[in-house]
Amino acid sequence: MKREILYSIKSPYREPMDIVGFRFGGGDKTLAVVGAMRGNEIQQMYVCARLVKELEKLEKRHGIAGGKEILVIPCVNYYSMNIGKRFWTMDNTDINRMFPGYDLGETTQRISDGVFTNVKDYEYGIQLASFYQQGDFLPHVKMMKTDFAEPELMRSFGMRYGILRTPRPYDTTTLNFNWQIWETKAFSLYTNATDTIDDASAEDAVTAIMRFMCSAGIINGKVQPGYCTEIIPENGTEQVRSDAAGIFRSLTHVGAHVEQNDVLGKIIDPLDCSEKSVICADHSGVVFFEYNKPLIDESTICFKVIKD
Amino acid sequence: MVKTVTQASLAVNEKLTIRKNRIKNGTSKKRLCLVTGIHGDELEGQYLAYLMGKRLNDEIGCLNGTVDIYPAMNPLGIDSITRGIPKFDLDMNRIFPGSREGTLMESVCAAVIDDIYGADICVDVHSSNIYLKELPQIRISVPTAETLIPYAKMMNVDFIWIHDAATVLESTLAHSLNSRGTKTLVVEMGVGMRITEEYCLQLCDGVFNLLKELGMWSGETQPVRDPIVSLNRSVGFVNSDAAGIFVPCRRFGDHVKKGEHIGDVLDPLTSTVAAQINAVCDGMIFTLREYPIVFGGSLLARILQPEDNGKEGGAL
Repeated sequence: MKREILYSIKSPYREPMDIVGFRFGGGDKTLAVVGAMRGNEIQQMYVCARLVKELEKLEKRHGIAGGKEILVIPCVNYYSMNIGKRFWTMDNTDINRMFPGYDLGETTQRISDGVFTNVKDYEYGIQLASFYQQGDFLPHVKMMKTDFAEPELMRSFGMRYGILRTPRPYDTTTLNFNWQIWETKAFSLYTNATDTIDDASAEDAVTAIMRFMCSAGIINGKVQPGYCTEIIPENGTEQVRSDAAGIFRSLTHVGAHVEQNDVLGKIIDPLDCSEKSVICADHSGVVFFEYNKPLIDESTICFKVIKD
Repeated sequence: MVKTVTQASLAVNEKLTIRKNRIKNGTSKKRLCLVTGIHGDELEGQYLAYLMGKRLNDEIGCLNGTVDIYPAMNPLGIDSITRGIPKFDLDMNRIFPGSREGTLMESVCAAVIDDIYGADICVDVHSSNIYLKELPQIRISVPTAETLIPYAKMMNVDFIWIHDAATVLESTLAHSLNSRGTKTLVVEMGVGMRITEEYCLQLCDGVFNLLKELGMWSGETQPVRDPIVSLNRSVGFVNSDAAGIFVPCRRFGDHVKKGEHIGDVLDPLTSTVAAQINAVCDGMIFTLREYPIVFGGSLLARILQPEDNGKEGGAL
């Protein structure tokens, strides 16, 4: 294992922010893994840190295939993490909306360029990603639907679901999208936590990445089998929106199987506790997403159901 | 008459309401929309909205048509000094055209687009951000330049910047309306969290001139400036490579030569100059950093080069 500073940026009064990478094996640039790019992505950093530990052990046992190099970057943005901010400390820009970056541009463009220069020539890329939406998701792997995408590769992770996303305009500045443009087979891996640590979910994510590496011939040995992954288009989920605002009470949980017309949750008046809305499933299926905040506005996505 | 454009319930006993002031007179069906406040920390448009509405009301007999003034597209942001949409951590100008079937803010954006759609012209007023000060200017993407430049020239701005259309800009109000055939001009002027009275008065004269050119205003107007148009010109970007505080020694609107000293990045701890900042090209400084703290990469200035001098066009 080689620990190195891949990119560094200075601030007026803080220590320089060094983006640290861990290299394993050697030879062809085979797999790059990128963790936290936002200051609240603690779980994403933690998954990478656990992966570094696993790969270190594996390398000592000569378990990394010959001629294969793996690079892991656990945290791109700890400046924001250390002050409890989600986006960039100074101007609140999102590093994951700045790819491929620009070495003479603004600060977060330079950081994105510094990261992308280091990760762009790998055969495979995995980003530990988080969502804008507030809520709990079933862990899954996602690919952008581009001409270069090979959705079947998602099965190698052995996660329960593989989601295929049709890129929207704002996706074109993300790491995942640009990886694919530069012909890296790119995946986003979602666990069920972001600003908290979920050990079981982190372990599942590390195992899924190990499973993928094993399947791709990057590491030797065996990894416990996973799910027979179901690949579905992102718009193949039923999105259930709130038709009222107030206090949100979920009556189900992610992973639950629900029948059509089952009650998923309720919205009650925050001042007198009267019932304002009963939220029901339009279709039977598995609850893939559940909103997890106590207060809810009108027209908020409160559940996503993968239809049977 | 104040009208509600759209409403949506917030969690506790409150509705998010987007409102407009419709000022109407005469028989003409023509309509101009003045939009501002998409970013909650940009306030120059607030004063412009007041100035426009007051004069229209005071001289209503001179108006022939409809002027809709939308002062606060992002009322939660303005009320909380937040650039984006509070709680959602999203830039509202990256959500358009929205969706009636979408989330709360997507449906708000869709309602706004529907309300403005069909106007003869829309003016979307921004004021940079809290870091940079801008000369009054109109920004137009290359595909819409031919249609919009004639209208932009009526607006009494100093500068018209024709820029390449970056993909992300597809989610803006202006792009969404222009792509639906409603001509929309984006104004940038001044700086965030402040009101620059001089610029607001300048642009107010420009909007009344536009109304006159559209045949909607018969009252007095002022002669307008002949703006510099960035066609055949390049924009030079001056970014800091050092961290510290930026202290400029040239002013906004100054003409400078390549290599000329325009400011310094200073280290207050050691009282040393971390970097001397020089102009990257000949030209006029039309953007200058207002907020002094800088990191490596922070934008310090933009310089508009003379005609046919330079290789690359600037982009937003």
